[in-house]
Amino acid sequence: MELDAKIPSGPIEKKWDKHRFEMKLVNPANKRKFRILVVGSGLAGASAAATLAELGYEVDCFCFQDSPRRAHSIAAQGGINAAKNYQNDGDSVYRLFYDTVKGGDYRAREANVYRLSQVSVDIIDQCVAQGVPFAREYGGMLTNRSFGGAQVSRTFYARGQTGQQLLLGAYSALNRMIDAGKVTMHPRTEMLDVVLVDGHARGLITRNLITGEISRWAGDAVILATGGYGNVFYLSTNAKGSNVTSAFRAYKKGAGFANPCFTQIHPTCIPVSGDYQSKLTLMSESLRNDGRVWVPSNPEDARAPNEIPESERDYYLERRYPSFGNLVPRDVAARAAKKECDEGRGVGSTGLSVYLDFAAAIERDGRDQIEDRYGNLFEMYERITGESPYRQPMRIYPAVHYTMGGLWVDYNLMSNIPGLHVLGEANFSDHGANRLGASALMQGLADGYFVIPYTLGHYLATGWQGKVATDHPEFDKAEEEVKAKVEKLMGIGGRTPVDVFHRELGQIMWDHCGMARNREGLQKALQLIPELRERFWNDVAVPGDSMELNPWLEKAGRVADFLEFGEIMCHDALDREESCGGHFREEYQTDEGEALRDDENYAYGAVWEYQGPDAAPKLNKEELSFEYVKLTTRSYK
Amino acid sequence: MKIKLTVWRQRNRNAQGAFKDYEVEASPDMSFLEMFDVLNESLISKGEEPVAFDHDCREGICGACSMVINGSPHGPRQGTTTCQLHMRSFQDGDHIVVEPWRARAFPIIKDLVVDRSSFDRIQQAGGYITVNTGAPQDANAIPIGKAEADEAFDYAACIGCGACVAACPNASAMLFTASKVAHLSLLPQGAPERRDRVRRMVTAMDGEGFGGCTNHGECSAACPKEIGQDAITLLNREFMRAGVSAK
Repeated sequence: MELDAKIPSGPIEKKWDKHRFEMKLVNPANKRKFRILVVGSGLAGASAAATLAELGYEVDCFCFQDSPRRAHSIAAQGGINAAKNYQNDGDSVYRLFYDTVKGGDYRAREANVYRLSQVSVDIIDQCVAQGVPFAREYGGMLTNRSFGGAQVSRTFYARGQTGQQLLLGAYSALNRMIDAGKVTMHPRTEMLDVVLVDGHARGLITRNLITGEISRWAGDAVILATGGYGNVFYLSTNAKGSNVTSAFRAYKKGAGFANPCFTQIHPTCIPVSGDYQSKLTLMSESLRNDGRVWVPSNPEDARAPNEIPESERDYYLERRYPSFGNLVPRDVAARAAKKECDEGRGVGSTGLSVYLDFAAAIERDGRDQIEDRYGNLFEMYERITGESPYRQPMRIYPAVHYTMGGLWVDYNLMSNIPGLHVLGEANFSDHGANRLGASALMQGLADGYFVIPYTLGHYLATGWQGKVATDHPEFDKAEEEVKAKVEKLMGIGGRTPVDVFHRELGQIMWDHCGMARNREGLQKALQLIPELRERFWNDVAVPGDSMELNPWLEKAGRVADFLEFGEIMCHDALDREESCGGHFREEYQTDEGEALRDDENYAYGAVWEYQGPDAAPKLNKEELSFEYVKLTTRSYK
Repeated sequence: MKIKLTVWRQRNRNAQGAFKDYEVEASPDMSFLEMFDVLNESLISKGEEPVAFDHDCREGICGACSMVINGSPHGPRQGTTTCQLHMRSFQDGDHIVVEPWRARAFPIIKDLVVDRSSFDRIQQAGGYITVNTGAPQDANAIPIGKAEADEAFDYAACIGCGACVAACPNASAMLFTASKVAHLSLLPQGAPERRDRVRRMVTAMDGEGFGGCTNHGECSAACPKEIGQDAITLLNREFMRAGVSAK
């Protein structure tokens, strides 16, 4: 596999400008002759589809939801970073770049991150022009807050619903282009394969989720903006429909999958309450500003939290990290909670949670102050758990939240398959081994509004190979394969519901490829997953018919892909014999239990290449070089 | 807790539907949709067809879930979507009737799943500000008072679930349409197109077969984001203004 990142030469702050000038353009009159197929309608997909249509391209946009407005970007809470320096507190493009590379534990590509920081400022301008109601000061100016991993206030927000408001902005831009006849929207349509002609991505095979009809679409380029794969763990903060299928089918057609083991576990989520649990809900990280994390010192202690005296509580974060205390970064806080629970000190009926206590803050600042700061979060917590955090400590536990890995892309956001572009969480390029808060929204919109409109034109002007129609034999082949897979799933006639397999896979992934990994566990997972997959293909129950709305068939197809994809994650985690960011290998830690990175041997992007149904994937490497941000060790003691 | 369920089953848009009874063993900590997951797994294991329903984020923001529970869209708890409703809001032995959104403009696709694409078409008819991606002026060049920005946000919080339509005796989409009109007309960026926008969106709304508004206020009572009746007042004012000052 050839991995040329195509990073422009020259100093980092000039690369994007230089590249924009050097890229070839498509004549405005010719743009309408090109049809672009966009899969996904979240921040990255909707912004790309709208912007490309504004430029004059014909766009078809596909989403599995009933409306593009329901893509999972909608659920992002906290905010979006931008190097506006409106607060005059020392922010700059360079500082955002620096924080992002460092926060990613030096496993991201410097040139991409620098460009992301550069265009971040344009995103805010664009969104305000669209009518996104960001939070403001009384004087009418935009306000900011600070977020984890940064010492400046650069996060723009819209209450706790920033993702919703940004997505509705992109959705409105998309609607405008649908109204103008430049975008054709295909909701409730799932992409089931990408079609390659002469090695270039030239089409899609989709299933209409209402009628079951399998269709072919030919285009001049394909864009995947299909989000992350956190649902491989079954329980995550992702929406129920979020899946790896589009990215995985592209992988099977030859696209490299980079750093799949880099997953982010968020420390403050509402814990699991029973076997029936279907998803996890995030509680904002900001709670750790006032909440104190603790567990009972005695694992046998079954008393209610308020009855346990101070002397018998272990405020373990304050004890282990005296200078950062409860405000250590996400990965550190998450691992520490897991350690307490693994050692039997967890609380709640399942033993899989720790206390986050506001009693001291309420006594210090008064209930009104705390209500002012966290009222809506406390209410949400009470709605889900039936317990009031004003009267007793919250119970929290870490949960899978975001995936930094994704399809490999070059500087132009094109995968190693010519014409196949990948945007947003679905690609791997910007967050390294750990994403900083409020950077996901920034990346999705940067890719869609400000990067792909330039780089796609360059591909069409230089790499395009003439028109292709859906009667090409490659479409026949791809459609047959898709239909065969649907028929195979429908024909198994098993007794076990899909979710049973999905839960079991999630448990394997969580136990062996979750917050902490080790060689033995990963090897065990690599044994267990194929066994589970075998049982799935023999005993999964898919009720109903394939030619109608069939949520169980949809789910079965997605879980079938997760059952293969989980293995690649384990291979990746096994290969990376170091600890960095969200990837913690227990064998590689300091005496004090901190992550031990190995820059000499592992400063690369691990890019996995499909080798056939029963073969282990092949590892390719993109070596990373750090010319601007000096490699240092993160410490929070 | 034992729950008796009566659920609307309908194979597809054209088929005849009917209510069917089920019994489920639930836990008070389950969400309402998790109770349906449990029901569906047991149906699948018995070789029966499970109940189709829309859902996705399960945290009250995507707007996909849509069940009429004992006659109330999203059920008994105020300001709460179906996915965030928990079984502790019910009693052991309760009998719960579950129906889909019922409105001519929301045809049933299957069981509890309805087609809400009419909402998208209303948005496409002007629910946007005409601005190309590029380099608009600096974001802070448009000062907007905090009160105005907050008010615009209150309307922009609409999740497009359609509970307002399901609750309305006329199946009117006034609150949904009004939320977008109010959001954009309260902001200076939305001003240049305000007349055309409100005319086109109202025309699209009427064309989809939604009923008229006769001020029952059921929509706001059912709205999981608690969007108030003042949105409709604002819509009417914008519509009047657009008519009076035609071109």
